[in-house]
Amino acid sequence: MDMDPNNGKSSHLEVVNLSKYFGDDRAVDNISFGIPEGKFLTLLGPSGCGKSTTLMCIAGLHKPDAGEISLGGAPFTSRKKGVFLPPEKRNIGMVFQSYAIWPHMTVEQNIAYPLEVQKVNPSEIDDRVMAIIRLVGLEDMVGKNATQLSGGQQQRAALARAIVGTPSLLLFDEPLSNLDLKLRERMRVELKRIQHEVGITSVYVTHDQAEALVMSDEIIVMSKGHIEQTGGPHDIYSRPLNRYVSNFIGVSNLLEGQIVRGSSGQGEIEVTGNGKSVRLPCLLGEGLSEGDEAVLSVRPENVRAFREKPPEPFFEGEIVQTVFLGNYLDCRVRWGDFEWKLQAHRREHLREGERVFVRLDADHTLAILP
Amino acid sequence: MSFVEIDGLVKRYGEEVAVAGIDLAIEEGEFVTLLGPSGCGKTTTLRCIAGLERPEAGEIRIDGVPITSAEKDIYLNPEERNLGMVFQSYAVWPHMTVFDNVAFGLKIRDASSKEIKERTNRVLDLVGLGDLSDRFATKLSGGQRQRVALARAIVYNPRVVLFDEPLSNLDAKLREQMRIEIVRLQHEVGITSIYVTHDQSEALVMSDRIVVMDKGVIQQIGDPETIYARPANAFVAKFIGVANLMEGTLAGSEGEFAVVEIPAGEGTLRLRALAPEGSAGPGQRIILSLRPEDISLHSEAPTEAPNLIEGEIIDTVYQGNFLDCQVRVGPHEVGVQMDHYEQLDAGQKVYLSFEPSHGLCLTE
Repeated sequence: MDMDPNNGKSSHLEVVNLSKYFGDDRAVDNISFGIPEGKFLTLLGPSGCGKSTTLMCIAGLHKPDAGEISLGGAPFTSRKKGVFLPPEKRNIGMVFQSYAIWPHMTVEQNIAYPLEVQKVNPSEIDDRVMAIIRLVGLEDMVGKNATQLSGGQQQRAALARAIVGTPSLLLFDEPLSNLDLKLRERMRVELKRIQHEVGITSVYVTHDQAEALVMSDEIIVMSKGHIEQTGGPHDIYSRPLNRYVSNFIGVSNLLEGQIVRGSSGQGEIEVTGNGKSVRLPCLLGEGLSEGDEAVLSVRPENVRAFREKPPEPFFEGEIVQTVFLGNYLDCRVRWGDFEWKLQAHRREHLREGERVFVRLDADHTLAILP
Repeated sequence: MSFVEIDGLVKRYGEEVAVAGIDLAIEEGEFVTLLGPSGCGKTTTLRCIAGLERPEAGEIRIDGVPITSAEKDIYLNPEERNLGMVFQSYAVWPHMTVFDNVAFGLKIRDASSKEIKERTNRVLDLVGLGDLSDRFATKLSGGQRQRVALARAIVYNPRVVLFDEPLSNLDAKLREQMRIEIVRLQHEVGITSIYVTHDQSEALVMSDRIVVMDKGVIQQIGDPETIYARPANAFVAKFIGVANLMEGTLAGSEGEFAVVEIPAGEGTLRLRALAPEGSAGPGQRIILSLRPEDISLHSEAPTEAPNLIEGEIIDTVYQGNFLDCQVRVGPHEVGVQMDHYEQLDAGQKVYLSFEPSHGLCLTE
C-alpha cells in the first residue's frame, strides 16, 4: 500500500544522550540510539526500566532533562538548542494498552477522526478510511458501534486510527497486554505484517520478551534507565552480553565460573559444583579475557542428556522433573545445588529418576559478563 | 474392576445429546483429564459424576458401588458421594479465614475439633498456605484462593476429586506454576482425580491419561505421549498440539511403510508414511498428519533426504528457541518448526523432508 507518510523526507529517528529524571530517580539515564527509516524497534525491559519514559519523551508527553531527539534530521526536542515541539506538531501515531476508542462513534467515525481534524476533504476521508479498514481486517465491522467490537478488534481500530493520518512515526505502548494469550500471539504477527506493509518507522514498548523476539527488527534491552544491549532478535537471544540480558530473554542456564583460557572469541570456562570442577569450551563474550570471573550461559535447547557416558566434559546427575509439552519435553537434571534445564526431544523418552550425563553444545555455550 | 467405572453414559438436554453413550474406567490414584472444545460433553460428564446432573442412560460406579444408574433407578445426592470439587470460580467464602474455609468441610461432617485442627493444618501445609491460615480470604491472590479451594476439596479425604477448569481464570505464568503444583500434590496425596479442561497443553502436562472428547463421544483415550504421537484421527491430531493435515489416497506400500499420494497444485506428492490402523487398501482416502517439529527444512536441495517436497517460504516467526516457518506447498500451507535459526525470506524456494516413521496416515 502506498502511503508515502513522510512526503519524501527521511524518517530516521535519532535519540542522543537522552535523560529524564523524576526527582532523584534517574528514569532515563543518558541513552542514545537510532532507528533506520521504516524499521520496527522495541524497547524491552521490566517495569521501571525507563522504556515507557523514553517513549513519552519521543511522543512529547515528557520534557527531557538532557539530550536531543530528532526525526529525519529535524529536532523534536533539544535541551541545548532550547527546542521543544509539542506532541501535536510531531506527526506521530500512537497506540496504547487501553484502546482509547470512542464508544459513541462507529468504527469508521473513530478511524476518520484524525483526518477530520486535519481538515482532509470528505471524499478523500472515505477512501482512506476504507483502505485502512481493509488493511487491518475490520471490513465486517463497518457500521458497528465501537462498543460492539471485541478487545482484539478495538485494538485493530486503534491501530487504524493511528496510521490513517500517515504519521512519520508510530509509537506503541504495550498495546497487546490486555488481550488473552491466543489473541495476543495472533495480533503480534498481524501487527508486524501491517507495520511492514505501511512501512512507518515504529517504536514499540513491552515487558514481554516473546513479543519483542517475534515482532522486532531491532531490540533495545533496558534496565534501570540504561541500555543493556541493542541488536536483532537472533543476536540478542543467541549472544546475550551479560547475565541480565540472558536471564530476561528466553530461558537460560546460568552458572558462575572463571575464564581459564581465552583468545579471539574462543576460550574455556571453569565451573564448580557437586564437589567438582569442570572445564568447558565456550564462546567468549565481549569484555572478557583470561582470568576473569564470568557467567556460563547456555539455552535449554543446547543442552542434552545422555544415558551412556559421553566424552568429557559432562555433568552427571539425576532427572528431577519432566514436563511433557507435546513438541518437546521440559526437563530438569540435578547436579549438586544446580539444576540444568533441558529442552529434550519427546522421542528421547527421558524419565524422572533416571541418572544421566548432561552435555552442552560447545558452539552455543557462552561465557558472558556477570 | 477399576475404581471409577462409567458404562454407557447418556445425557440429553431436550433434543441435544450432550453425552452420547461413553464408557470409561479410571484406576485408583490416577489423574485423568477430560479434554475437548466447548460443547464436547466433558463438563456434562463431570457433572454426572458429581451428581449435579441425572443421566438418561448408563451407570457410574465408584469402588464397585453404583452412585447413579438410570436402569437400576439409583441416584445418590452429591453430598452422599464423598467427592471433592474444585471449580473455575474459587468459591471461597470471603467472610471466613483460610483455616475456617478449609475446616468447613470437616465441621459439617461432625469431625472432632482436635481432628479438624490437625487435618486442616496438615492440608494447609501441603498446599503451601500454612503461614496464612489466619488470613481472610479477601486478602488472598488468585493463586492462593485456588489453593484454598484445593485444600478444601481434599481435607475430608474424598474418594475422588473433580476439577472443572480450575486454572482458566489465572494469568499465564501462575497457571503454568499451578499445573505443576497440582500434579505434585496429587502424587503426594495419591487421590484419584478427574480434571476437565479445553486447554491441550494443560492436559499434556498434568495427566496420567487423557480422554479426548468431541460431540459427546470419546475420540481417544491414552497417555499424553501416545495421544500426541499417535492421534487416532484428524480431530485429535488437530486439537492436541499443531499438526499439518493433508488429504490424499493410499497408493500401495514399500517395505514397512505405506505410499500415499497427495494432490499438490499441478503435481502429486508421492510420500512414504506409517500405514493407517486396521485394514486399508490402495485407493483408500487418508489424511497425512505431520507435526511441525518432525519436518526438516533445507535451503539447498539435499542430495539424500526421505520424502523430499519443494515449497516456498510464506513467512517466518522467530521465537528464540524455535523458528516457526510457514511454507507453501501447492494449495497447502505447511508449518515447520526449526530448532535453529536461519535467515529465510518470503518467496524463497526451500525443500522439506521427513522420516517416513514420523508421518501418520489417519482415516476419518
